[in-house]
Amino acid sequence: MTTRYSKDHEWIRLDGDVATVGISDYAQSQLGDVVFVDLPAKGKTVAAGAEVAVVESVKAASEVYAPAGGEVVETNQAIVDDPALVNRAAQTDGWFVKLKLGNKADLDALMDQAAYDAYLKTL
Amino acid sequence: MVPFAGYDMPVQYPTGILTEHKHTRASAGLFDVSHMGQVKLTGADPAKALETLVPGDIQALDVGKMRYTVFTNDQAGILDDFMVNKRDRDLFVVFNAGCKDNDLAHARANLKGVEIDYLESHALLALQGPAAVAVLARLNSVVQAMSFGMGATLALGKYEAFVTRSGYTGEDGFEISVANDQAEEFARWLLSQPEVKPIGLGARDSLRLEAGLALYGHELDPTTTPIEAGLNWTISKRRREEGGFPGAAIVQQQLKDGPARKLTGIQPEGRAPAREGTEILNSETGERIGVVTSGGFGPSVDAPIAIGYVATQYAAPDTPLSLMVRGKALPARTCKLPFIAKRYAK
Repeated sequence: MTTRYSKDHEWIRLDGDVATVGISDYAQSQLGDVVFVDLPAKGKTVAAGAEVAVVESVKAASEVYAPAGGEVVETNQAIVDDPALVNRAAQTDGWFVKLKLGNKADLDALMDQAAYDAYLKTL
Repeated sequence: MVPFAGYDMPVQYPTGILTEHKHTRASAGLFDVSHMGQVKLTGADPAKALETLVPGDIQALDVGKMRYTVFTNDQAGILDDFMVNKRDRDLFVVFNAGCKDNDLAHARANLKGVEIDYLESHALLALQGPAAVAVLARLNSVVQAMSFGMGATLALGKYEAFVTRSGYTGEDGFEISVANDQAEEFARWLLSQPEVKPIGLGARDSLRLEAGLALYGHELDPTTTPIEAGLNWTISKRRREEGGFPGAAIVQQQLKDGPARKLTGIQPEGRAPAREGTEILNSETGERIGVVTSGGFGPSVDAPIAIGYVATQYAAPDTPLSLMVRGKALPARTCKLPFIAKRYAK
């Protein structure tokens, strides 16, 4: 299972037909202390690049965009109950949604770990 | 680091806003507020002159005391809010960074017979929190005897400072004006004390929001009056009766009839913060009745909190409202300010 990244600092990891989506460790460090997340309803369909969730830190609200299009099949209640989990474990337990992808080819447009690491160095 | 009123300012230090905020309430936080405009007014009667521009009772101020007031325009709109300290030989005022150039021009154009010195030579540090007094007392125990709202020129060890027991967090604390060439060493001494940590702009904002303190450019601007903003307490009986400041007739009329809108605390019922600019609606009809001027998450309250203007009929505490957050009407209630109990030294 390879993790891929968007330029907006979401990560996505495909397992079979279902991909898990979250925000990168870099994104959580830039946001600071997360105090609220707004997750979509299950069954919602989102296009690649469309807003799928909102994450709020003490500082500000930020949108989370779907790195690939699909149907929301699961959301992570753990980050609703404990938003700081996004800071502690952004790329593992602090995931946001699981998407049943409409078109796996969406992933080809995203960065792999090496490309994302290189991208972060340009920021 | 972010640009702020022409200065590079830290939003947060590595531990983050939540930790900085809670540390300030539990111990002591050091804020570099040197971007603010420290100004000295001297002359035959600077207090009387200043009263032609502000509704505050400056002439009644005793030496060693301070008072919060505002510059008003002819519509009673607020041009800046600031503290005035009466000292032996002058008035010492501290303007907001983003307003100070306009304030200086305004004062120079209108304060007859007053010499106005902008103290570029001085830095300003704020030491805030319950441990602030113990820390500063290591340099001069006199600070323990100061009550909130008092100021004094003191030797703090080898540092010569004008110290006021005041601040912008709802906590006990001090603001310390010290010469630039001593400021860094003094700040490093403060930071070397075990109780003290540096605090950035992010926590400065969340602390003042919990304390229900207005921030210029948000709650206060040229279109908001002192009465709408709930600053009636800054205008004494004499000033209400005599007027004699810009917009006095409007202030007097609003004191008599009540303003059309009022600033109020707002407590969202859920966990979603309502940020500045969020529309406030009548919870039954959906009619727009106001707007959030500051909103976010209160780390000590452990809940979202906001301040905003609402039509006066909705301003009583515990009035239900809706907040339009991302297209959804979220339930909220008005509440009294502050959100936390202030802990000023008596």
